[in-house]
Amino acid sequence: MQRATLDLWVGIFVVAGLGALLFLALKVGNMTGFDSASTYTVRAKFENIGGLKPRAPIKSAGVVVGRVSDISFDNGSYEAVVSMKLDSRFKFPKDTSAAIMTSGLLGEQYIALEAGGEEKMLADGDSLKLTQGAVVLENLIGQFLYHKADSPQEADPR
Amino acid sequence: MMDFAQAGLRRIGRRIIDSIWRMGTATRFLALTLLHSGQSFSRFQLTIREIFSAGVLSLIIILVSGLFVGMVLGLQGYETLQTYGSEEALGILVSLSLVRELGPVVAALLFASRAGSAITAEIGLMKATEQIAAMEMMAVDPIARVVAPRFWGAVISMPLLAALFSAMGIFGGYLVGVVLIGVDEGAFWSQMQAAVDFREDILNGVIKSVVFGVAVTVIALFEGYDAPPTAEGVSRATTRTVVTSSLAILGLDFILTAFMFSGV
Repeated sequence: MQRATLDLWVGIFVVAGLGALLFLALKVGNMTGFDSASTYTVRAKFENIGGLKPRAPIKSAGVVVGRVSDISFDNGSYEAVVSMKLDSRFKFPKDTSAAIMTSGLLGEQYIALEAGGEEKMLADGDSLKLTQGAVVLENLIGQFLYHKADSPQEADPR
Repeated sequence: MMDFAQAGLRRIGRRIIDSIWRMGTATRFLALTLLHSGQSFSRFQLTIREIFSAGVLSLIIILVSGLFVGMVLGLQGYETLQTYGSEEALGILVSLSLVRELGPVVAALLFASRAGSAITAEIGLMKATEQIAAMEMMAVDPIARVVAPRFWGAVISMPLLAALFSAMGIFGGYLVGVVLIGVDEGAFWSQMQAAVDFREDILNGVIKSVVFGVAVTVIALFEGYDAPPTAEGVSRATTRTVVTSSLAILGLDFILTAFMFSGV
């Protein structure tokens, strides 16, 4: 087959295009995430998840150890059921507690895991017993105002 | 008075019926192109030549505009984010807006005006100078020989061009944000990597650019093939290609975005 300079240019173009895609995949996106690594699923019930979204990070000691895979509603206990995919490199005791936190004042919400002291480790399909839901700012302000109104009035100086 | 209203109504009706008619013909044309595209793969040299004229020749405009769009995003984004003290999020802003929206859409708009208009003018002139009729006389199928390689060349080029546009834009944003203004380099890249998902963002951007590529190319090829064989006809068809495909890109972009990013 005859080789032409045109082929060279098209080759350069295709290689550059694929290189750009690779750059996007590896440097911009994070393809070496947890999607490919093996994971185990743990569930937890929260009374309020606030603005937690699927794919939100799960952190322990500030390190990302997994992602939220699914959020559903339990019609028996009227609580939110959050399924979490944890990287199987990281093991946690059975009495680990989960809390929904906010990174920064207005940042995204994530689940923080606090390791317990039990010997047995969490396995696939287990659920966490100790949970703390999201702090709802409106409730907090409401409680504060209610508390203020309830406290005894200072004596009239007159 | 009555006659006047009637004539106006009739004209509107004719316009609508005519455009539906053209829509059907264009769909049949696309089906015919797909059916006759065996030759553009068995004789791949034909397609390579079209990748050259559609893709390689659009490289300069795509790369330069990508760089400048990224640089502008970096500047404007910094100005706004700085007021909230979160200029580290510049990487997220630049990369997500490029990968999800601006990369595919602006690259497709540039592609429509750079390569789409050229395709229409070329095929329209081929028809006007009776080259297509001559091919039919020699029992060469013009759809298989002329149209299908152009279709595949442009459809292959489009996602590569969009990826190059996005990559160049992110480099431009990096240049302005990190090198010029002095946002922390580690935060720029790491926040970007934490926020951009391969499947959700990058792959959806690629899907968008493929859809835009097909839309632009079909419109360009059909307008060229359908153009009246006169100088005026070819010029009108070229204009129509750019206008119609720009509108199609923006309309399709809305539909695709609603599908891809509105849920969850």
